[in-house]
Amino acid sequence: MRRFMLTLLFLMASVTASAELEIFACEPEWAALADEIGGDLVTSYSATTALQDPHYIQARPSLIAKVRKADLVICSGAQLEIGWLPALLQKANNRKVLPGNDGYMEASSYVIRLDATANLDRARGDIHPQGNPHIQTDPHNISAVARALSERLVKIDSVNSEAYETNLEQFLIRWEQAVSRWEDRAEPLRGKRAITHHKSWVYLLRWLGIEEVEHLEAIPGLPPTATHLGKLTAEFGSGGADVIIRSPYQHAKPSEWLAERTGIPAIILPLTVGGTEGATDLFALFDDIVGRLIEVVGDA
Amino acid sequence: MRVVGFTNAGLAFALFLVLPALAMAQDNEIEDIRTAIDELRADYEARITELERRLAIAEQNSTQAARAAQQVSQPAESGNSAFNPAIGVVFQGFLTGNDGEAQEEEGFVVGETELIMSANVDDKFAAYLTAALAFEDGESELEVEEAWVETTALPAGFSARFGRMFSGIGYLNAKHSHTWDFADQALPYQAFLDGRYVDNGVQVRWLAPTDLYLELGGEIMQGEDDPSGLGASSVFTNVGGDVGVSHSWLAGASYLDLDATTSLSMAHFVWKWAPQGNWKERNFVFQTEYLERRDSSTETGWYAQAVYQPIQRWRFGARADGLDLDGDDPRRYTVMMDWSNSEFSRLRLQFARSESAIDDGNQWGLQYIHSIGAHGAHAF
Repeated sequence: MRRFMLTLLFLMASVTASAELEIFACEPEWAALADEIGGDLVTSYSATTALQDPHYIQARPSLIAKVRKADLVICSGAQLEIGWLPALLQKANNRKVLPGNDGYMEASSYVIRLDATANLDRARGDIHPQGNPHIQTDPHNISAVARALSERLVKIDSVNSEAYETNLEQFLIRWEQAVSRWEDRAEPLRGKRAITHHKSWVYLLRWLGIEEVEHLEAIPGLPPTATHLGKLTAEFGSGGADVIIRSPYQHAKPSEWLAERTGIPAIILPLTVGGTEGATDLFALFDDIVGRLIEVVGDA
Repeated sequence: MRVVGFTNAGLAFALFLVLPALAMAQDNEIEDIRTAIDELRADYEARITELERRLAIAEQNSTQAARAAQQVSQPAESGNSAFNPAIGVVFQGFLTGNDGEAQEEEGFVVGETELIMSANVDDKFAAYLTAALAFEDGESELEVEEAWVETTALPAGFSARFGRMFSGIGYLNAKHSHTWDFADQALPYQAFLDGRYVDNGVQVRWLAPTDLYLELGGEIMQGEDDPSGLGASSVFTNVGGDVGVSHSWLAGASYLDLDATTSLSMAHFVWKWAPQGNWKERNFVFQTEYLERRDSSTETGWYAQAVYQPIQRWRFGARADGLDLDGDDPRRYTVMMDWSNSEFSRLRLQFARSESAIDDGNQWGLQYIHSIGAHGAHAF
């Protein structure tokens, strides 16, 4: 009997020890990062795909069920998910992952956010008072969030702290090498000028030294208007910009329309993992972004 | 001199013999030294690169830390207003007319203006208030629609809510009027619940730890005209999930024991679609509910509606609703079109045709819904 109890205890202990942490990521890049840092110790789930605009997500029952079981919720934050995440958290009845607890982290809290403004007026459109939330397009931000995530995993699951620290170290070595490779490769992009659909790319463009000259959306978050596109055609008809950039989930027409009239090439860049066929993980994401930019504007 | 000469000659001869060998030896040695130097250089270069890399990472770490520290230290203003709740106001109004004999309001009607406030109370409770400002019969009225406190720290998937609240029964019951897809409430809600069931009491919800969304809930409410003050109770359940990346659904059933003689059974189904799940541009929603009210007799009601957004900003919807009452079975057919400049403003044009044993009629309306301030996330 005693032996049976001991075996049972041992079994229970091993079940507990081998139970993977469930990580609910609001966006695919954080799910991918959780896989890098957590390795086999975690299972990650992304609430959105790269083909969905993360500003506009339905607080679906399936997502509430996932948050209910999560040990950690990691999101870009800075109000990117304000239209749906609070509804998930309220319905999910999971105290571990409510803001203020160890199970909740906003990636944008660990980087310098650009475009923060004190001038909060909705007449200016879809603005984010805490700064631009699309932080994942600067690989240095990924390093910063990787460190914060590793620390958080150590806090939640201290038994495996060594593994998280080692995974982080190994990831950073590979990542920093990759970053210098991308930076070398992207050297010809320095000083180029880009028109973007939405302000989704400020971090990428600043990292690569590309100047952001205009946006297709006259007011952030509202669809591009004919008047504004007409103005852009006049302004950039005889040069002044090298590329027009949009995300996979953004409407193709406005950028194609402008490209046709100005001769400036319009391209899709993956905003996150899964955005294009090539962007299969975080490394491939930046390989793809840099490759696509070089292909259209890297020659001159 | 000779000796010297000899010596010199001998030396020269000796050198002549030895030098090539010496030169060869020196060549080998130089080669060795070169190789050694090269190896050393390569080794040092590798180590320098490694050191440089570590330096870069360390630098990055310290800048990140400095940046984080900088950010943390930014907002440090003190004062009472730092903990203001989230405050939002929703404005609604109608321009409406009809050709029937029904006693409907006509002309310009300012609907309920909703004042919404919410915040976490502390680490274990959150609170929520909705007050409706309305003008009726020339007088201003302030009505508390919802005022509840909810737990945020119960274990095992439980939560409890107490105060005045929209009951969790049905699908439309807990939806605020500004989130409705049509300017008016569906007929069965109007007929059986006077719009919706709102009452004072306690609600407990439990969510199953499964991939399939499964929610169970129950309420004990004050009810009407009950001396004990706990005259009504309800139970409800919701299940839901996704089908692929583009489709999602929710289904539920509820039972409300309104008082000793009256009860209400309800069932609902909602299906939503967006291509690739990208809601922003195109989407479609179908929803339907069935209500059955039992007291001395049994009456039923239902509605089914579909709303389609073909492009950002524009939505088109159609709804049919009806009742099966004693001696009458009114039907209503409604179409609507709305335009949203942003998530915060919406203009809606609606046309409805009503048919019943008493009267047929047409009704049209132009509605506006505008919201300012903080606006909470909408439920599914």
